[in-house]
Amino acid sequence: MAGRIRVRAQLSDGVTEVKALMRHPMETGLRKDADGNAIPANFITEVTATHNDRVVMQAFWGASVSQNPFLACRFTGGAVGDDVTVNWVDNLGETGTGTTKIR
Amino acid sequence: MVGYEESSGLSRRGLLRAGALLAAVMAVPGRVWAAVKRPDGAFKAEGIDAALASIASDAAVSDQIDLETPDIAENGGTVPVVVNSKLPGTTRVAILVELNPNPLSAIFVVPEGSDAYIETRVKVAQTCNIYALVEAGGQWYQASKETKVTLGGCGG
Amino acid sequence: MKRLWTVPALALCSIALSAFAQDGGVFDQYREMLGDDSPAIFVIDEGEEYWYAPAGPNDVSLEACDLGLGAGVVEGAYAQMPRFFDDTGRVMDVEARLLHCMVTLQGRDAAEVHAKPYSGRGDMGTEMEALVAWIADQSMGSPLTPGQTHSEEQAAFTLGEQIFYYRAGPHDFSCATCHEQAGVRIRLQDLAELPNPEAARDIATTWPAYRLSQGVVRTFGWRMRDCLRQQRLPELIMGSEASVALQHYLSVKASGAPMNAPGLKR
Repeated sequence: MAGRIRVRAQLSDGVTEVKALMRHPMETGLRKDADGNAIPANFITEVTATHNDRVVMQAFWGASVSQNPFLACRFTGGAVGDDVTVNWVDNLGETGTGTTKIR
Repeated sequence: MVGYEESSGLSRRGLLRAGALLAAVMAVPGRVWAAVKRPDGAFKAEGIDAALASIASDAAVSDQIDLETPDIAENGGTVPVVVNSKLPGTTRVAILVELNPNPLSAIFVVPEGSDAYIETRVKVAQTCNIYALVEAGGQWYQASKETKVTLGGCGG
Repeated sequence: MKRLWTVPALALCSIALSAFAQDGGVFDQYREMLGDDSPAIFVIDEGEEYWYAPAGPNDVSLEACDLGLGAGVVEGAYAQMPRFFDDTGRVMDVEARLLHCMVTLQGRDAAEVHAKPYSGRGDMGTEMEALVAWIADQSMGSPLTPGQTHSEEQAAFTLGEQIFYYRAGPHDFSCATCHEQAGVRIRLQDLAELPNPEAARDIATTWPAYRLSQGVVRTFGWRMRDCLRQQRLPELIMGSEASVALQHYLSVKASGAPMNAPGLKR
């Protein structure tokens, strides 16, 4: 469950669109659970999308990015069958990754 | 190398992790990565004025920034935001939510070869303006749009 | 591991579309922007993992669980529930049936499952929610056909209808108080006129659903429980006769419509 990313990469008219959906609580640290205890902050702080090891997007996130977050970006120079990978690291040092091939 | 020295305060595990991401970033040739390190302070800025100032001291309104957000969000916890900058030489895009306690939500660094296009989903605490700040050619520009946030059903 | 690709893939594009034209179209733009990127996909995968994972004192998986179409047959099973089961002598919904399999196959303690079947604030999902999400996904596109021929199934429909119209609690609410009329709403949310098959079809085929406001998949049984909570009625127990009856009543009203779950809701 932890660290999962569903990545899709579609090539059209020379532009590859990457869509990544990530499994993460994106907890702000401001909420309390049913017993009144503070739920610790746990959110993705950095995301990187790469195409064949070249960075095509880098994102710095705060806790106000939605739970189970989504990212889409576009780049040129991709070809069908190329690898597109998305990685994240969160404030607790955990990491997530997902990869796909351009269609 | 910009950013690498600044991460020396991390533990060894943290350094290795930061290094792995940085190594991928550094592989881009011929480009100065001024924003390789996450601007933690900007994310902690409270109030829209302070948050805007933490990104840019001056950001002219531009009609070259396509900012798309729903007129009315069915749920404030997941609000889609699309930013497409038509400003030449766009290098960074930031999303801020006016009435969130910490308005800065996300900053995107756009490498050469990538479109100045990003889409994500953010939490919007209440009806307010969503800002897109765009850095292009060394200058910052902005666009904003209001999104109404509704409370669902019987209150939950 | 079995995975049904073609039907869910084809029906995936209909998830977002099914929500259009409700709520006066005021959320159409919002839904269109979300597209078909629903976090329910993760929960579906997690449910499949739970199904095949050995658990409980007997250390066996749920693979031999009979959801009504034979041991281990999951494809299409959600769409034919609630229904009467010979081995238990009662009408069961998917949660009651899963609990039965957890107890009889895996040797687990029913009270333990009942203690925390549904996510609380800060949770990313429970085993039950994930299992129901996957099982419902395996019925994507299948017509909803709850059991209607057995006398117990007919009795469940009658009981569900009675509960639907039964006014109780400090506010003297029944389900019908909010859901009997056409064209009414709370804030911007349309209140479905549930006894009307057209409305029931929209509702019964789109639960379980990923609830954006909660970040987890919620089941139809959970939704009944939450309605009763909002009516200030006693807690509706998962898989209980009352819970099954309410779901059965609505499912029968919706009978014939294709399943489109997990759905996506506010």
